[in-house]
This record gives sequence, C-alpha cells and structure tokens, in this order.
Amino acid sequence: MTRTDPTPTIAPSETQQAMLELRHLNKTFSPSVVPVKDLSLSVKRGEFLTLLGPSGCGKSTVLRMIAGLEQPTKGQVLIQGEDVTHKPPGDRNISMVFQSYALYPHMTVADNIASALKLRKIPEEEVRQRLREVSHFLGLEALMERKPSKLSGGQRQRVAVARALVRRPSVFLLDEPLSNLDALLRENVRAELKQLFESQQAPVVYVTHDQTEAMTLSTKVAVLNDGNLQQLDAPHQIYAEPANQFVAGFVGSPQMNFLTLPCEAGAARLGDRSFPLPPPLSHARQVILGIRPEHVRRAQPGDTYTFEGKIFLVENLGMHYLVSVHIQATQQTTYTLRLLLPSDATWEGDSLQIALPPETIHWFDAETGSAVRQ
Amino acid sequence: MTTQPLDRTPSPSKPSISWKQWALPLSVGLIVVFCLAPALWQLLTSFKTNEAIAAIPTVYFPSEFTLEHYQELFERRPFFNYMLNSFVVATLSTVLALGLGSPAAYALARLRLQGESILVGAILVVTLFPPILLFLGLLNVVQALNLGNNYLSLILPYAAINLPLTILVMRSFFQQLPRDLEDSAKVDGYSTVGLLLNIVLPLTLPALATTGILAFITAWNEFIFALTFITAEPMKTIPVAASQLGGASIFEVPFGPIAAATVLGTLPLVLLVLFFQRQIIRGLTSGAVKG
Amino acid sequence: MTSNSAPARPPVTHKIDVIVQRDRQIGWMLTIPALLLLIAVFAYPIGLAVWQSFITKNLGTELQPQFSGIQNYIRMAQDGRFWQSLWNSVVFTTLSIIIEFLLGLGIALVLNQAFRGRNIVRTIAILPWALPTALIALAWTWIFNDQFGVVNDLLLRLRIIDSGINWLGNPTLAMVAVIIADVWKTTPFISILLLAGLQSIPDDLYEAHRIDGANAWQSFWQITLPLLLPQVVIALVFRFAQAFGIFDLIAVMTGGGPGGATEMVSLYIYSTVMRYLDFGYGSALVVVTFLLLVLAVAIAAYLLSRVRGSAQATDAR
Repeated sequence: MTRTDPTPTIAPSETQQAMLELRHLNKTFSPSVVPVKDLSLSVKRGEFLTLLGPSGCGKSTVLRMIAGLEQPTKGQVLIQGEDVTHKPPGDRNISMVFQSYALYPHMTVADNIASALKLRKIPEEEVRQRLREVSHFLGLEALMERKPSKLSGGQRQRVAVARALVRRPSVFLLDEPLSNLDALLRENVRAELKQLFESQQAPVVYVTHDQTEAMTLSTKVAVLNDGNLQQLDAPHQIYAEPANQFVAGFVGSPQMNFLTLPCEAGAARLGDRSFPLPPPLSHARQVILGIRPEHVRRAQPGDTYTFEGKIFLVENLGMHYLVSVHIQATQQTTYTLRLLLPSDATWEGDSLQIALPPETIHWFDAETGSAVRQ
Repeated sequence: MTTQPLDRTPSPSKPSISWKQWALPLSVGLIVVFCLAPALWQLLTSFKTNEAIAAIPTVYFPSEFTLEHYQELFERRPFFNYMLNSFVVATLSTVLALGLGSPAAYALARLRLQGESILVGAILVVTLFPPILLFLGLLNVVQALNLGNNYLSLILPYAAINLPLTILVMRSFFQQLPRDLEDSAKVDGYSTVGLLLNIVLPLTLPALATTGILAFITAWNEFIFALTFITAEPMKTIPVAASQLGGASIFEVPFGPIAAATVLGTLPLVLLVLFFQRQIIRGLTSGAVKG
Repeated sequence: MTSNSAPARPPVTHKIDVIVQRDRQIGWMLTIPALLLLIAVFAYPIGLAVWQSFITKNLGTELQPQFSGIQNYIRMAQDGRFWQSLWNSVVFTTLSIIIEFLLGLGIALVLNQAFRGRNIVRTIAILPWALPTALIALAWTWIFNDQFGVVNDLLLRLRIIDSGINWLGNPTLAMVAVIIADVWKTTPFISILLLAGLQSIPDDLYEAHRIDGANAWQSFWQITLPLLLPQVVIALVFRFAQAFGIFDLIAVMTGGGPGGATEMVSLYIYSTVMRYLDFGYGSALVVVTFLLLVLAVAIAAYLLSRVRGSAQATDAR
C-alpha cells in the first residue's frame, strides 16, 4: 500500500540535515494490537508535517514515541542525527502541546511556561527574558499571574503553545491542539498557529484527524491508516493525486464518489459509455472509478461522458447544493453519485444531465485499492 | 429547584400528589429522628442531675442542667489525657497510612506493575478482615517485641487497617487525574520523583484530606487493639477508657459520667462529619465501589 | 547524519521496554513499604494463627507448648460453646444485614429525592456511622436499661407493657437489643453506598421508561434495582464481614451474656485468648472463622462478577 519509499524527500543533492528522522518505527502492544507497523520518514528544518488519519490509526502513538513517552518495539527515533530512542522525554529537546493542554492547575501561567526552563537550570535572567518575549509574542502579558482555571479555552491553548515555544526545542510536537476549541475559535487559532510556526525554525509534527487542519497548516501530510503510512506528500498532492482509495476517500469533503465498474478489453463500462483505462489496468476485470463531487458537472455540448442522473436528494450547503443522483447503468445496476452545484443553479424536474470530465477521474485497482495514473 | 411548593405542583395524577405530600416530609422526619434520637438522648443525660437520671418515670425535660458529670471526668479522672491519647494515636496513624498508601496507590494506578490486578484484589479482600482475626497474632508480635503499652502497638496496626482504603481511594483518584498532565511534566523534564512531588502531590491534597478524615475516624474508633495492647491506665484511648468507667460498686453504675464520656469521645467526630460530610461520602463510595 | 538509512537494513529491535521497566522499578519502590506493613499486620497474624492452631499452647498452665496436630480442631468440633457462638454470629449477622439493607435502601431512596434541607439531612444520616462503636454501645446500654431506660419508659407510657423489661438480661431480648444498636450504627453505611448508586443512574433512563408507559413502581423494579445491584452486593459483602467479626458493640453492651446468649465467635475467641490464655485453641478458632469468612466472600465475589456482567449487558442495551 505504501507508495513512498522510506526516504522519500532526501535527494542526494540536499545537504540539509533532517531534524527528525523515524526509521522503521513499530509499536506492538500484543500480537493483535499493533498501532504502528513500520513507519519511516524524516522532517527537515522549517517543515510542518501533519500526521493525518482516523482515530486509532496510530498517529498519536507515533507522536508519543517521538516524545519518548512510549518506547518503540522496533526502529529508531533520531533528532538532529542523534539516536534518542532510549532517552527520556526530558532529555530530547522537544516540546509538546497536548490535546487537553495539560497546564499545571496549581501553577500560574508564568510558572507553567517557565517550568521546563527552570528544570534545565537556565539562568534566571534568561528565563525572565524568554518569558517576556513569548508572552509578548502571544499577547499573554496580562495573564501571567493567573491560574489556568481562570483562563478561557482559547487562552489556555495559547499558554500551552507558549510553554512549547519558550523551550526553543529541536522539534515541536502538537497533539490535536485545536480539538478542544469551539468551531468558530478554531478557525482563528488555526490561522494564528500557521503564522506562528512559519516564523519558527524548528519543524513541527502535528497530529490531527481533521483534514482541514492538515491541508491548511502543513507543508507535508502523512496519511496513516491502520498503523501504515498511506501517503506522504504536500497537501495539494494528497488532494490531487491520492495514492490509494483510502486517502482519496479520507481527504476531501464531501467525500469522493467511488463507482465499481466492470471492465472489458481495457475499458471500463458505465452504462453505454466506456472509459479507456490506463495500461496497468488493461487486464483488470473490475476497476474503481473515483471522482470528487466538485468535479462532476452538468453536461455541456461537446462532453463525451454524459449520463442522465435521477435526483433523489438535494442538500443545501449554503455556497453549494450537494445533489445526490442515481445513474441507471444497466437494467440491474444503479450507481449513486453526488455532485456539487453552485447555489444559483436551477433545474427542472428530477433528472439532470451530468458529465464526468475524464481529466478529473481517478482510477483505483479494485483489489489493492492503489491508484493507477493515467 | 429542589423543592416544589406542594400546592402548586401541576400533575395529571392527583391522588399520587396527595400521597407524596405527606410521605416525603414524614419519612425525612423519621430518618432525622432515627439518626439523632439515641445520640441526643445521651447528650441530654450527660447534663441531667443524678436525681433526674434515676427518676421514674423518666424525665424528658429536666428542670435543671448540670456540668457535674463533665467535671467528674476531668477532675477526678484523666479524661483530658484519654482524649489526647486518642488524638495522638489517630493522627500519627493517619499520617503513616497516607504516607505509605498514596505512593503505593500511585504506583498501582500508573506504573504498570506486574500483577497489578492481583495486588489490588488482595488489598480489597484485606479490607474485609475483622480485627478480631488479627489481634491474636499481633498480640504475639507485641509481646515478642515488648511493645505492650507503647503507642507503636496501636499506630502501626491502625495505619495498616487504614492502608487498604487509602490505597483504593487514592488509586481511583489518580486514575481520574488527566494523564496528559504527567506526560507534559515528563516532556518538561521532571524525574518520576520530581513529578510526584511537584505536580501530582499538589493536585492530590483534596483526595488526601478525604482519605485522611476516614482514616482518622477509623483510628479514633478502634477498640479491640486498644483494649488488648494498652493496659496502663493513663495511656488508654477514649473508647476503652469510657467503656471501663465504673462506680464504687457494681451496683452503682455512673450513668451520668458515662453519658458525658460518650459525648466527649463522640464530639470530635461529630465535628468532622459536620464539616466534611461531602469528603466522607466521596471517600466511602469511591473506596468501596471503585475497587 | 550522512548516510541515509538503507531500506535493506533490518529495523533495530528493542527487547526491553526501558520506559516500562523504569516505571516498574520506581513503582515497586513506592509500593513495597505499604505491602510490608500490610503483610506484617494482616498476613503474618493469620499465618501465625494457622501454625499455632496445630499446637497446644496454654499460657495459663505450666505445660510447654507442643505440637498436637489437629487436636484443637477435634476439640472445636465437640465444643458446644463454639457452635453456640457460631450460631449466635449467624443469627446476628443475618438479621442485622437484612434489616439494615431494607432500611438503608429506604433511606437512600428518600435522600435521593429533592427536598429543602437535603444536605443537612444527609449529614445527619451519616452521623451514626462515624461515631465510635464502643461509645455508641454505652449509649444503647443506657437506653435499654431495665430500671431507668428510655425504651421501657416509652413502652410503659404507651401501655404496651405493664412493667419494665430487663432487655439485656433476657437471652432473646438481649439479641434484639444488640441487633437494634448495630442497625442504628451501620445502616448509614449502606445508605451512603446505595445513594451513590442511585445518583449514578442517569435520569433519562427513567424518562425513557416513563415515555414507554411505566409507572414509578415499575421503574423501581425494572430500572432502579437492576442497576443498583452492584452497589447492593458490595454493601452487603462489606457489612457481612463487619457483622460477622463484631466485637466492641457486644463486648460493651452485654459482654456476651446473658448466659452466652449474645456471645459471638469473636467474643469467644477473645475470652479464649485473654481469659483462658489458650493461644492454641484460640488460633484454631481464628483459622476457622477466617476460612468461613473467605468462603462467604468468595461466593459474594462470584455473585458480584455475575451481577456486574449483567449490569454491563444492561448498559450496552
């Protein structure tokens, strides 16, 4: 399933050192519980890597292994080229923002932010200096003497980020830091985070199950499922060229349409139309056609692949209509397809002539689920 | 929100309302009488004169009150000492139980010990041992170590008796503590001991208070060990001393002083209950139910 | 880092999880002091009792202790006083637990209602539990006094009796009196546990049940009791162990009298050891009592596991 090889981004010409490297990472709790199977990747200075996947895909375990809160069963964690697999979390020069923020409830904001510095015996003058900088940077000056219980959710989140920034670590680890904020605040903070970490040198490893966060924040996204890396790419690549059916279905909203079509002589049949297949699929008996709802459109003169769709559900999303139609392919088989129409679109009756632009179609091997390029 | 004005409560079923109208206040009243009457009777007796105490028929509203029974306890008997003894033993054993029990509870909650569930099960079972099964063996130990009439012979067993409850209550508390907090402290660079002292302990204080109160009550109330291991008169604890109050002859039972002694020995606990009702309930239920 | 990790190289395997190992080391260091004290005060005395129960050891005689096999147990089988005390314990335990459970459930149901001053009533309702049993026993001795006791006075005034009853001097009535005192003292424990159980039952279950057309009585039997069952079993197990080992209350109120009518196993053990100084036989009594208790608790634990299983099944539904 894994399309990427273990060292996908390090081209020989690149001299820049990887800040964080994972080699064949595996975590086995019991023979049947293997949250991380074999993960290798590396993150460079200034990169923002998001581990994206459904809950239970192993992304949090990966983060905990990087932090040193769990020991991998196999494999190594390297930070700035040094093998830290056996180092306790405090000796790794990483900082982490937790989902629950994990602020110490009995300490003031200032003490919370400074606690790691004090433990490292950093001179008091410098601690004060760094506190001043970070509190100014995040606009926390007025809150420094408060206890966490006297802060709003957004303020707590910012304190947690401040606590990570003040460390000046080699790597930032963020574990779903936005999931405890309400929807409105989340968008603001997301934008804030993006600017904030763009100004930092150290790379970020960010865990989320939210594709919007992954797409907007990251320079690279690693899609995980079932303990395996599905795809590691830039966000637009993940969207435009999903490596397999899982990634295609997980990223993008509304979800991509998947139609399982029969094949004949190197072409897939949908009703009375047939789509020529890319060469690797020429002998397949079945194939999966994937097309995003935003790429399906109403038929115009000159379109090749047009079908009549019977509308059975219209959902108003505000900016768009999400229209669900049935396509009668043969006497026995009907396919369901969803498409987005602009909010000013009008139609009469309950049928719609739709077109599937061939350049937007993704083909997947029906057996392995892997994408096959045109 | 808690009480509906009874006459304005709208309900489709009228008969059940009228039934409820008197049933709830009546049962609440009965509960209050049931729980208070015996204790209040003893309180009243302690202030009655000897004549009123021995009057037939019984005097319910004495015309005069007296402190003579209390005076007797403090002036002719060392009751202040008894209370102090009880206080010292109960406090020290409570501190010991918390000091040994909380670290163990943390380990059993978080540190993935081998056989953790077996240990917890064994500790739960131990809470069911009545002291009568232990006193014989402990008596042997006390004799062998010559600990008779030494408060260690009470403090150590009391601490032990309180350990299971302490461990179970504290463990369930630690399990509810957000794990992120400890992980965050590890990332910050705290050692395990530093984490326990600087992060976990401050958060634990309310739970420690809860368990401490329960342990103190148990220790203050203990009877059989105190009866067996402490025989020197001035060293006795209050339950034993009060139960051994006697008159000049068997026929002359000093009801007044006994009542006063009961009041004195109970008073500290009544105060504890009044102030810490919530903690006591929380401790009792989490200790028994979460195990 | 100059060389890229060659895909051919096998991944490094870590045989020992250092993090888990470090946690465990510290964990045992934190646990062992408590375990040692527990062993010294719980395991050692029981173990010693097992050992001594095979020995004839009476400090009241000049005889040297000597190994005597199961002699003590044979003696126990023929000891009428032991069987009597065991019977007394069974009667006391059974009756007081049943009454306490019914009363405790009633009190819990009342305290679970909303009424003004509920917190104060709750405080009052746990008061008896917190008070020292020995002192409470003194209070009840006074209440049941044959000459000046308030119980007799009330009964006389209500013309239920013609002359004062000697409560603690009559074998049956003495048992009644100690049971009443025990019920007073320990019912609060049961109501606290059951109240906590009641509060953990979500309101929407009752609402859903009412929408289904159930009345309060049906809700009690079909929702309250089944979901309360775990707490019921736990409370009863605790109370069983405490009542079976009851000592201070009886020792102070009746001393086991009159004529051994309220002598429980615990009192018999105590006088065997402290009055007759018969450590060997006392040990055998301890061992048998211990085994009976373990047996009863094992049965209860088995029931509890089944109850919990079925409660979870109810939740899932």
